[in-house]
Amino acid sequence: MTNAHSNWIAFKTIIIKEVLRFSRIWIQTILPPMITMGLYFVIFGGLIGARIGEMDGIRYMDFIIPGLIMMAVITNAYANVVSSFYSSKFQRHLEEMLVSPVPNYLIILGFMGGGICRGLAVGVAVTLVSLFFSPLSIHNPAVALSVVVLTAALFSLAGLINGVFARSFDDISIIPTFILTPLTYLGGVFYSITLLPEFWQGVSMFNPILYMVNAFRYGFLGVTDFSLWLSYGIIIGFILALYGIALYLLNKGIGIRQ
Amino acid sequence: MSDHFTRFYGVQKPSLEGYVRIFCFTRPLLRECHRQTMPKALCIRQLTKTYKNGLEALKGIDLDVEPGDFFALLGPNGAGKSTTISIIASLVNKSGGSVSIFGHDLDRDLYAAKRCLGLVPQEFNFNTFEPVQEILVNQAGYYGIPRKEAWKRAEKYLVELGLWEKRKDMARMLSGGMKRRLMIARALVHEPRLLILDEPTAGVDIEIRRSMWQFLKDINQQGCTIILTTHYLEEAETLCRNIAIIDHGRIIENTTMKGLLGQLNTETFVLDLTRPLVHLPDLTGHRLRWVDELTLEADVDRDVSLNRLFVDLNREGIQVRSMRNKTNRLEQLFMHMVDRGRAK
Repeated sequence: MTNAHSNWIAFKTIIIKEVLRFSRIWIQTILPPMITMGLYFVIFGGLIGARIGEMDGIRYMDFIIPGLIMMAVITNAYANVVSSFYSSKFQRHLEEMLVSPVPNYLIILGFMGGGICRGLAVGVAVTLVSLFFSPLSIHNPAVALSVVVLTAALFSLAGLINGVFARSFDDISIIPTFILTPLTYLGGVFYSITLLPEFWQGVSMFNPILYMVNAFRYGFLGVTDFSLWLSYGIIIGFILALYGIALYLLNKGIGIRQ
Repeated sequence: MSDHFTRFYGVQKPSLEGYVRIFCFTRPLLRECHRQTMPKALCIRQLTKTYKNGLEALKGIDLDVEPGDFFALLGPNGAGKSTTISIIASLVNKSGGSVSIFGHDLDRDLYAAKRCLGLVPQEFNFNTFEPVQEILVNQAGYYGIPRKEAWKRAEKYLVELGLWEKRKDMARMLSGGMKRRLMIARALVHEPRLLILDEPTAGVDIEIRRSMWQFLKDINQQGCTIILTTHYLEEAETLCRNIAIIDHGRIIENTTMKGLLGQLNTETFVLDLTRPLVHLPDLTGHRLRWVDELTLEADVDRDVSLNRLFVDLNREGIQVRSMRNKTNRLEQLFMHMVDRGRAK
């Protein structure tokens, strides 16, 4: 058996293991974002949105749907990897992989693949919920799909890095609570950046989630505040940087080997 | 035909019996040549480990384990056994020295070395929220074994280790002994050439321990090299052919089990008597101690026959109902070695 074939089987194994893990506890992983986002659709889209009217010339409900789907994808891709990686470190079953001939880059890609799958599963589930509030119309499916996959990959890598450094279960909730959630809320999920004063528009430009939400919204509605290529460039740039950091940490054994 | 043989080789063609004799004579030689040329199952040279807190866990260890061996690595708590094993399994980064498994150096040929190794760690380290069979199938997958084949192997080892009935249960539902067996099955699922067991029978009842011993003996006979650490010295004495004792990060003894036990000069026996004893008899050549009126302890030198002790006791009218070793022989030696090492 060649190394490539062997690595391919190992990669598939990590993904299957991860998918089975979150599927087994779907009540904790898939259902909650459906309920939460359903409430967002009812309250922000239905009740408040009816008074807001239009945003960028689009019905408010239609405007927030892509952003809320993306929000669910981001938080779930991140949560999947950070909790899975940290608990495998905490319970020490990460050693199963560390002892075996699975290269570090494959461990990263495997966990990332698991995070993407969870992100997509939740994304599809939230999209199905959104159908109760608005008919589905996708302007550019290729853009929508590629942006959601790349974004899930990016936040899976971020979750893995958080998992490497985490020393307690508290550590895996600090980043989502204090960084991820504020960035997502300020990432143009509920409003167009053009509504902000000039200064805050400038500040918002440093928020990478803004580009992801906008690119994804383009995939759905065909409108965006930024160039699509800029959004792709930022997402891919972050993925490469985070992958490099994750690989460095695993190769050095930081947080996993003494 | 016979003439042709004689002309060609210059000797008479041997009979069938002759061939058998040649085979019997050369086989051990060939085996020894093969052994000499085969890479060691484990070869450790000048292995050192200093942890970040300054603790020097290993101070230059040299260790060789031959292919097919059943090897005991013993030492008191904190001696460096688990650090050594963790370095071999690449769970801990070494500070210096080299480790190779079946000729594959960990620094140069890490993945080939890993493929040869199966590890049963001291503490449970599987996902307790995964079904038993899935744990094995996933482990096989990490070694590149296709899923279909992995299910077959998982079945084979779960049956052999008596866990087949529990295959669909979550691992957390297993008893302590079952969890230990699950870790052995997991370590074997990729069929490693070297199996390292770090206290595999800790907390396991006697019946299961004996069945695990038999299982380990069987896989060793099938060609798997085994390195065992244990606190049950009887286990090491029963299973292992060679032994190394480690203390304070140094190997203080590395020999055969027979050779080690041969170093015992005296054994102490506890004698249970049939009738109460009135006074302690003075037997020349034996050292007896009074425990209570129905029990004596006797220190017997290695070169003194037990028959002589019984003859002398008989002459004094003392009848022995039963007799047992006071301490495990290896335990006695182990303590002696460790004390001697520390005195040095």
